[in-house]
Amino acid sequence: MATATAPAPARSYAFRDSMTMLRRNLTRMRRYPSMTVQIVTLPVLLLLLFVYVFGGAIGEGIGAGDRGDYVNFLVPGIIVMAVTYGTIPIAVSVCSDMTEGIINRFRTMAISRSSVLTGHVLGNMVQIVCILALVTGVAYAIGFRPNATAVEWAAAMGLLLLLAFGLSWLSAAMGLRAKTVESASNAPMPLTYLPFLGNTIVTPESMPTGLRWFAEYQPFTPINETLRGLLLGTGIGNSAWISLAWCVGLALVGYLWARSAFRKGAER
Amino acid sequence: MSAMHAIHAEGLRKSYGEKLVLDGIGLRIPEASVFALLGPNGAGKTTAVQILSTLIGADGGEARVAGYDVVRQADDVRRSIGVTGQFAAVDGLLTAEENLLLMADLHHLPRREGKRRAADLLERFDLTPDAKKTVSSFSGGMRRKLDLAMTLVGEPRVIFLDEPTTGLDPRSRRMLWELIRGLVEDRGITIFLTTQYLDEADQLADRIAVLNGGRIVAEGTSEELKRRIPGSHIRLRFGGEDQLDAAARVFDVAQRDPENLALNIPGDGTPGTVRAVLDLLDAARLEAESLTVHTPDLDDVFLALTEKPQQPVPAL
Repeated sequence: MATATAPAPARSYAFRDSMTMLRRNLTRMRRYPSMTVQIVTLPVLLLLLFVYVFGGAIGEGIGAGDRGDYVNFLVPGIIVMAVTYGTIPIAVSVCSDMTEGIINRFRTMAISRSSVLTGHVLGNMVQIVCILALVTGVAYAIGFRPNATAVEWAAAMGLLLLLAFGLSWLSAAMGLRAKTVESASNAPMPLTYLPFLGNTIVTPESMPTGLRWFAEYQPFTPINETLRGLLLGTGIGNSAWISLAWCVGLALVGYLWARSAFRKGAER
Repeated sequence: MSAMHAIHAEGLRKSYGEKLVLDGIGLRIPEASVFALLGPNGAGKTTAVQILSTLIGADGGEARVAGYDVVRQADDVRRSIGVTGQFAAVDGLLTAEENLLLMADLHHLPRREGKRRAADLLERFDLTPDAKKTVSSFSGGMRRKLDLAMTLVGEPRVIFLDEPTTGLDPRSRRMLWELIRGLVEDRGITIFLTTQYLDEADQLADRIAVLNGGRIVAEGTSEELKRRIPGSHIRLRFGGEDQLDAAARVFDVAQRDPENLALNIPGDGTPGTVRAVLDLLDAARLEAESLTVHTPDLDDVFLALTEKPQQPVPAL
């Protein structure tokens, strides 16, 4: 039994340590729910604003139909936007770990190094799932009526989780690079503005040429297109593949950036 | 060699860009002793702790902690050490108990053992009544106590305490000193302490090293260090620089302290010596604003050793 008591290498603890860190982050979210509430409020407010204030006019303008039809056009984009808002908390929590000194405690312990960030990303994913459930619930209440099958729902969920995963890593990297918690909470903001410059609120056809070109080629447009297709049965075309490529690309860039920022952080 | 020493370092060097922070320091710290690294702000104390606790790599030199190489056997070192830094590294949103259980989980202890150690430490550190409160409501002293308790969950053989009482009120400092002394007495833990407070080093440490400008400028027991600087001196303060300069010419063995317009003349405080000093002043038609007699304490050692980093201690 000597082998059982010998200290195992840190690698074999990667899963256990990540789960420990995930538990820690979930407890933190429960203790500080105002962050999650704040984050869920923003997309819900936007949804209500665009449906009830602008909805009648925009629906007519882009040829989507009346207010009721516009809800169906808008909601998938708002759900995607909710994912972008949902990644703000991870930048904040990662940055506060870095600036408050607890990271140095973790770094001087024989734990799996990656578990610190993995725990944050997994915690953020749980948070985003809660946010998405709430936003979708509100959308339902105001008349969102998808016609998706179980498989389509699962595919939509998969796409959103993949997007959340990529943006989470990206936002974690921003949190690692930020010097203060305040700047960390602002760093992911551009990600939340990007959907506006796409097909979230209106169709890009109504935009001036330069902006239209940007709107058509930026990542959130094919993602919105795919989600609409899955939930409402509109045409997807090759958007699904483009979305997947974007999501995988974002995840890769985010992960590598976060990993290198985490290593550099040790020398700070 | 390393079996006898809890910490053994040779020629540690570290610079950040152009700035040389550690310029070849060597350490030999026996097991179950308290070692204090004393130095002013920016002397490189924290950098030394960061290297020895595997947080950062050195640019040169070697170090072994608890018998393991800090670079090649970093995880073995991490399993043997505990670190309590300058800023309490606790999770403010968790309760005291949850913080300790988090440490137990990260040390991969079985659940029951983790709970037992957490309960023991809460008891030992008088935190049991606050165990279920979130740490953000704790005072500075309580946070620092919890921080130290968290460091002990893994039952480390070597503990690094980086300025453990900086920013604490006198009562909390004393309380932490008691806890630290207890650790060495009952558990045989080796403690590496950094501090800028001389009384702290004097109170706790078996051996003290003074770090200044990245080098260890003196090392020994508190008594040995006090012996390294001359005995008592008589301090004269003057009203102006010209007076000080004139007096310095009279007492050529004296040390000038131009910032305070003062002159430190080696010698004891017997009436005979004081009278001789005053007579010499009178003869030179000089008048001092005040005269005080100083007997050396660690502060003098510290000031003598750290004010002029390039020069050896003046042998008077």
